[in-house]
Amino acid sequence: MLSLILKRLAMAIPSLIGVVIVTFLLTRALPGDPAAYFAGPAATPQAIQEVRVKLGLDKPLIEQFGHYVVDLVHGNLGTSLTTGQPVATELKNRLPASAELTLLGLLVSIVIAVPLGILAATKPNSLIDHSCRVIATLGVSLPVFFTGLILVYVFYYLLGWAPAPLGRLDVFFTDPPHITGFFLIDSLLAGQPDLFMAALKQLFLPALTLAIFSLAPIARMTRASMLSVLSSDFVRTARASGLSTYTIIITYAFRNAMLPVITTLGMVFSFLLGANVLVEKVFAWPGIGSYAVEALLASDFAPVQGFVLTMAVMYVMLNLSIDILYGLIDPRVRLEA
Amino acid sequence: MTPVPALSVEGLSVEFRTRSGIVRALDNVSFAVAKGETIALVGESGSGKSVTAYAVMGILDPAGRVSAGRAMLGDLDLLSASPKALADVRGRKIAMIFQNPRTALNPIRTVGKQIADVLIRHGNISRHAAPAQAVEMLRAVGITDPSRRAKAYPFEMSGGMCQRVMIAIALAAKPSLLIADEPTTGLDVTTQAVIMDLVNDLAKELGMATIFITHDLALAGQRSARIVVMHAGHVVENAPTRELFENPRHPYTAELIAATPDAAQSLDELAAVPGMLPDLRRTDLPPCRYSERCPRKLAACAQPLPQPIPGTTHFVACWNPLPEHALSAPKVSAA
Amino acid sequence: MTDIAVTPPRESALAALIKHSRYVIGENPVTGFAFALFILIVLAAILGPHIVPYDPLASDTSESLKPPNIHHWFGTDQLGRDIFSRVVVATRLDFFIAIASVALVFLMGGLAGVAAGFFGGWTDRIVGRIADTIMAFPLFVLAMGIVAALGNTVQNIIIATAIVNFPLYARIARAEANIRREAGFVEAARLSGNSDWRILSFQILPNVFPILVVQMSLTMGYAILNAAGLSFIGLGVRPPTPEWGIMVAEGATFMVSGEWWNAFFPGTALMVAVFCFNLLGDGLRDMVDPRRRT
Repeated sequence: MLSLILKRLAMAIPSLIGVVIVTFLLTRALPGDPAAYFAGPAATPQAIQEVRVKLGLDKPLIEQFGHYVVDLVHGNLGTSLTTGQPVATELKNRLPASAELTLLGLLVSIVIAVPLGILAATKPNSLIDHSCRVIATLGVSLPVFFTGLILVYVFYYLLGWAPAPLGRLDVFFTDPPHITGFFLIDSLLAGQPDLFMAALKQLFLPALTLAIFSLAPIARMTRASMLSVLSSDFVRTARASGLSTYTIIITYAFRNAMLPVITTLGMVFSFLLGANVLVEKVFAWPGIGSYAVEALLASDFAPVQGFVLTMAVMYVMLNLSIDILYGLIDPRVRLEA
Repeated sequence: MTPVPALSVEGLSVEFRTRSGIVRALDNVSFAVAKGETIALVGESGSGKSVTAYAVMGILDPAGRVSAGRAMLGDLDLLSASPKALADVRGRKIAMIFQNPRTALNPIRTVGKQIADVLIRHGNISRHAAPAQAVEMLRAVGITDPSRRAKAYPFEMSGGMCQRVMIAIALAAKPSLLIADEPTTGLDVTTQAVIMDLVNDLAKELGMATIFITHDLALAGQRSARIVVMHAGHVVENAPTRELFENPRHPYTAELIAATPDAAQSLDELAAVPGMLPDLRRTDLPPCRYSERCPRKLAACAQPLPQPIPGTTHFVACWNPLPEHALSAPKVSAA
Repeated sequence: MTDIAVTPPRESALAALIKHSRYVIGENPVTGFAFALFILIVLAAILGPHIVPYDPLASDTSESLKPPNIHHWFGTDQLGRDIFSRVVVATRLDFFIAIASVALVFLMGGLAGVAAGFFGGWTDRIVGRIADTIMAFPLFVLAMGIVAALGNTVQNIIIATAIVNFPLYARIARAEANIRREAGFVEAARLSGNSDWRILSFQILPNVFPILVVQMSLTMGYAILNAAGLSFIGLGVRPPTPEWGIMVAEGATFMVSGEWWNAFFPGTALMVAVFCFNLLGDGLRDMVDPRRRT
């Protein structure tokens, strides 16, 4: 098992190297003078020159890359022009907000999509099946920011069920004491159920938006995978042995069908991490996505670079975890390693 | 008064809906298996022998439909039973093993657990006692070091071992009837013999009836007391084994026997069965589906086939059967 | 002795294609519907600016934020501009972005993939490495980074979209080229003295095209969503240019206070266009390779 994990880790290293190189190139690929970008639109030629020297932008590219890597290793991602704070600190502070939102969205998505897919597969060509297909195609066509806005309009403006899309908590509440950074967990740990409900209310619409967005690939994959597994030889044997419907569909069919779905999760995360940025803008969510977007609008470049790097590293790690999870579940992979 | 058979299939007809039409896969198939008896269902590919088994077990493809007939397992008609009644009976009273044993087992579940699943479902045994009993089943089917093997996965085992596991699963609840669908296809000859011996021995021990489905007439001849020959969805002949080989009455059976390789024959002497299976989607199929390729066809062959007469041991569905041998004088049913 | 020149008459190939298309559309009316919608979008893109009732850039503050009515079918925005006109005119820009992105990625990814599959060795390895590195990023985030780095223009949106889709096209093209590498007609071309590049461009690439066409239709939908998403966060298209994504962004604040039409109509236009391309892609897949039907 350990060798499986180590092998997968080794395979992730070239990706990480590639990510670091690409993010480095992105900053140096800036048209015109990169120093001017980092100095900001209001900088004088004097200030730009200072920035150039300070950031080592006058040195040869290889040397710059060396400095870049050294900085990364020390956790130095530069400083934001607009806030004056180190980018790494800001990202660290804002990461839990994004993570809580994305994970909750994924959870809701799985809870809806997987049973939908199973149902559609056990009743092929029924109304459920066709509805599942239509929902899937629609989900893929809707721009995620549009879904968010529609949800806000319906649930906040028209129905008044959801609170205003103004961030993680209503103004009347203060953040729970910071343990994990996840408001849902921290509020429970602090024994404040009303705070928990307040946080949940604010999370509801943005998480639902993300969930609708990622429903489609998960439902479609679950359905296809279940259909394939339900007509397999070993399910036939299970039926011939008179096992109960629950055992056949869940213990035998579903566990096998989930394997390709887990592999799909990698792609789903790619969409989700991108959609996160858009959803954070719609709901004024104080995560790393909105941090990057605000910096972009102010032509503040270091946060954007730090954001892209962080997202990419997270994505590589997530894919690694999915690979390892798959290996744990499928004995054919586990025992081969 | 003839004893109640373990399974009695009566007038079974099955059709499949396909894009190119309705395939009349089985037409009026009738035969019976006595308690503890081993019979073989023999025929070329497409003869409907597997379809018969699937229909009886109730695991037909969704495109398939039983259009007529009964399959009496004791008092219960399997073809009209409720899904709940069927799930109770499958595995417990009637079981089936399949070809390609490796793909027929759950790839991500240990073989011990798969046997235990059946035991817990049918065997009136607790979840705690089941794993140990599963190990005993593995021992009974001849797997060495069964307690270690029980924790193995199918992909770690050879084809022969997987087939043994399938037999263990099928026999876990001690059914009174086992259907074995080409269980030795894909196994090497030595393993084939060993597996067939195992099935025969266990059947004798449990007093279990067996239906052995195969395209290999020689194998059927070695292992079963009675042979039911099928062609294009019909039962064409049904006789005790010795009787069938010494005194085949249906022209198709005779061709099959001639086409079956025998160690004593040279390959040059092998004959192919002339003609082809008729297209079962046709709406104008003649009552005898062999008639179009039959050298003994008469005008009388246009009428519906003869039905089996209860009490006779040798049935042939033919209006112009081969003459009996002078030496033996068994009872024959034909109009 | 008669020499029989065997050249398949061009018309029959085209006629066969039309006949087959008609059959597939007949079989599956949804594809036919998608096709009709596609024609509608193309017409809007081409004729848009000429047939709209109002100048999309003309503002009239006395008419600002009016809900849909007889004079303004989709209502007006905060500057009094007619939303219907803006939505229709925006079709051209979004459609252009989609087509350009798809053409670019087909050329880049298609050629790179075909070369990788055909030549193997280092070409394969390098293309593979590039593709893997691109895929290590969440795609939208990478697009953000590229547009931020290169500059806030429509060209850069197109380039970013093409880069982000490169791995997929390279992979498909590579697989197809691999299969055809040893094919008879390739051998024949080689024997008659064609250089490898000629074989690649004229024999293999045209054969790979039908498979890629399915993907291209789906990518059109993705490209529009991508461009809209980037514009939504302020990258790419700048106001007052009418573009669906940016119109939704501008209308977002009004959604919360009840003026839904600002964001609703451009958003719906987005959805309809993407939906159309997705359906078209599915239908094309059925035409090209019915085995891959989901």
